[in-house]
Amino acid sequence: MKKGFFDRRQLALPYVLFLLVFVILPLFVVVYYGFTDAEGHLSFANFLAFFTNMRTVGTLVYSLVIAILTTIICLLLAYPVAYILAKGEYARKHSFLMVFVLPMWINFTLRITALKEILTLLEGNLAFHPFLNTIICMVYDFLPFMIMPLFNSLAKLDNSMLEAGADLYASPVQNFLHVLLPLSVPGIVSGVTMVFLPAMTNYVVLDMVYNSTYIMGSLIGSYFSSYDWNNGSLISAILLMMIGLVTMVTNRLIGDKEVASR
Amino acid sequence: MENRKTLIELKNVRKSYDGKTNVIEDISLEILEGEFVTLLGPSGCGKTTILRMIGGFDTPSDGQILLDDSDISLLPPNKRPINTVFQKYALFPHLNVYENIAFGLKMRKVSKVETDKLVKEALELVDLEGFEERSINTLSGGQQQRIAIARAVVNRPKVLLLDESLSALDAKMRKEMQLELKQMHKTLGITFVFVTHDQEEALTMSDKVVVIADGNIQQVGTPEDIYNEPANVFVADFIGESNIFNGVMSDKLTATFAGAVFPCVDDLEKGIKIDAVVRPEDVDVVEAGKGQLSGQVTSCDFKGTFYVMFVQCGQYEMEVHCFDYFAPGTTVGLNVDPDMIHIIPYDMSINHYEGQLEGINDEGIITVKFADLVRKVDYKNIYADASFEEGILKAAGGETINVAGTNVTVSFEPSDADISDDANEGDVTGTIISFYYIGDHYSYTVRSESEEDYVVDETDLWNQGDLVSVVIPDEALKIVLA
Repeated sequence: MKKGFFDRRQLALPYVLFLLVFVILPLFVVVYYGFTDAEGHLSFANFLAFFTNMRTVGTLVYSLVIAILTTIICLLLAYPVAYILAKGEYARKHSFLMVFVLPMWINFTLRITALKEILTLLEGNLAFHPFLNTIICMVYDFLPFMIMPLFNSLAKLDNSMLEAGADLYASPVQNFLHVLLPLSVPGIVSGVTMVFLPAMTNYVVLDMVYNSTYIMGSLIGSYFSSYDWNNGSLISAILLMMIGLVTMVTNRLIGDKEVASR
Repeated sequence: MENRKTLIELKNVRKSYDGKTNVIEDISLEILEGEFVTLLGPSGCGKTTILRMIGGFDTPSDGQILLDDSDISLLPPNKRPINTVFQKYALFPHLNVYENIAFGLKMRKVSKVETDKLVKEALELVDLEGFEERSINTLSGGQQQRIAIARAVVNRPKVLLLDESLSALDAKMRKEMQLELKQMHKTLGITFVFVTHDQEEALTMSDKVVVIADGNIQQVGTPEDIYNEPANVFVADFIGESNIFNGVMSDKLTATFAGAVFPCVDDLEKGIKIDAVVRPEDVDVVEAGKGQLSGQVTSCDFKGTFYVMFVQCGQYEMEVHCFDYFAPGTTVGLNVDPDMIHIIPYDMSINHYEGQLEGINDEGIITVKFADLVRKVDYKNIYADASFEEGILKAAGGETINVAGTNVTVSFEPSDADISDDANEGDVTGTIISFYYIGDHYSYTVRSESEEDYVVDETDLWNQGDLVSVVIPDEALKIVLA
C-alpha cells in the first residue's frame, strides 16, 4: 500500500488535542472546584453540605424518580415501535424510522414551545400538573434516543433465533421472554444510558414550560448563575460519579452478553 | 422396511410470496415414518421453502401438509412435534451449551431431573460429553453443528429437519458428519428430512432422494434409481456427470444418437424422439475403428483414481472416464453396453403452447395468439385443405370456417429458433434459467417475464441468468387445431 503524507500517529494528534482540551481538562476543573472551597483550599465541606441538606438530597431523589419514570415510559413506548420497524415486513421501514427520529431535526426550542402550547390547550394552566408535564416533555424529548439503539440492536438480531425459539416449543410470550428480550439487552442498555442520564439534568425543558419542578440540572444552573462555582461543580462531580457507576455496571452487564453473542 | 406408514404428506402444496410467481408450483410428496429423505436441488429451486413449510416457518399458499393424517398446514412451529437444525445453527448466544440443549425441554416444562438426564444423553449422542458449561462462542463450527443437532433431537421429535446443515463445514468434517448423521438416524429411528444442493451428499445419506428444480419435483426415488434411471434431462445433468444426446428410436431396441446406432434395452416405440444419457464411466475405450463410435482425444486429465477424457466424434463430444492415459490427438474407438444407455422419451411439452386464433384479414392472413406472442400466418399453414375466396374461408366440403376464437396448439423445434443478445431483436425477451450440453450443442431454456418457457438449441455459449431474446421464424411455427 502507498504511504500517505502522515502516519497514523500524526493523524491522531488533532483528536488527542481536542480530547485533552475539551474533555479531560474540564473534568479535572470540575473535580478541582468540587472539592475546594472559595479560597481554593481542599475541602469536603461542600460534599457534606450536599448530603446533609434535605433540600438538595430531595432534589436528587426527585430527579432520580423523574429520570427513572421517563426511562421506563420511553422503553415501553420505544420497544414495540423499534420491534415493528426492525422486524416488520415494510418496504419502507427506514422511512418509517425517519418519521420517529425526525423531531430531532427540528429545533429543540421550537419543539418544546409547540408542546407547551398543546399542553396549555389541554390543561388550561400548566401549573396545575407540574409533575405530569415534566414527564410528558421529557418522554417527548428523549423518545428518539431510545428508539434508535433499540432499532439497531433488533435489526441486527438474526430472525433464525426467533424461529429456533418457536421451533423449540416456545410460545410467542416465552419466545419474547427467553430469546428476544435477552438478546436485545445491549440495545436496551444503550437506550437507557442515552435517556436516563440526560433526563436527570435537562432542566431547560422544565424552565421552558414554566415549571417550578427542581431537578439536579436546575440546581447546578442556579449555583452557577450565582457564581458559586464550587457547589455547582460538586453537584456535577456527583452526577459524574453516578454516571460512571451506572456505566460501569451496565458495561459489565453488556460485556458478558457481547462476549456470549460473538 | 416394508409397510411403513406415511408420516408426512404434502398434498398439492403451492407457495407464492408475492402472489404472482410461485416458488413452489404444485408439490405432492409422501414421507414415510423413519425414512431419511433428502430434498436435492440447485439453489433457489424451492427446497428450503418446502422444509420451512414442514417446520411451520412458512405456510402454504395452497394445499395441505398432513402429519399423521391431521392437517398441520397452519399450525405454528411451537405446536409441531418437529425440530430443526438450522443452516447457521441458530444457537442462542446468551445461553451456554446446557441451556441451549435444555431450551425445548424447559419450554415444555420437563422436570429438572429429567432434563439433566436427557441433556446428558444428547451430549453423549453427539460426542460432546462434559460440554455443559461451555459458552457457545468458544465452540468450533463442527462443535456448534453437533450442539444444534443435540438441541433438536433431545426433544425426541417425530421429524428432524436439517437445512443445508453441513454446508458450512470443511470437506473432511463434512464427510465425517454425513456418516455420523446416518448413524444417528439409525440409532434414533426419527424421520430425517435433509435439504442439500450437494448431490453426492444426497446420494450417500438418503433412503429417498427428492430432486427438485424450479419449484417442481423432478424425480423421487432411491439414490440408485436417481442415478441409474434419471427421469428427465435435468436429473441426468444434475446428478453426476453425463453425456446427453438428442436422438431417435430407429428400430426396436435400437437408438440412433451421436451419429451412430446403438442397441439398447429400453423398449420404446419406433420413431419417437429421445434423449439418450450415457455416464462417462460406462463408456469403454477400444482400439480405433473397432468401436461403435470413433473419435479423436481432445484432452485427458488425471483425477486421482481415473482420467477424464474428452473425445471428439465428428460433431459430437463424449466425456469418458477411463483408467488408461491416451494422449490428445490419439484416435480411439468407443463402445457403450446396451444396458448402460439410458433412454428418456423426449419431453413433448417442450415448446408446445395453447393458443387461439384471433381472426382473419382480407388477404387470408390469420392472427394467432399464444404464450407471449401474436403472430400472423397464412391460412394455408393452419387449414391446409381450405380455400379462401372473397374474404371467406371455406373448408374442403364448402362450409364456412369461423376462425376467431378457435383453439390451437402452437409448437416449434428448439433447433429452428435462435437466441440473440439484443433483447429487442427477438420475438420475446427472457432470462436463461437453465442449459444443458447435449452432445454437439447447448439446449437453453429461456423464461419470459410472464413465466413462459422457450427451449432453444444453440452452439454458442450463454450463461444462466443472461437476458436474451428468442427469435422464432414464421416458418418454424407449427399450428395444429386443438
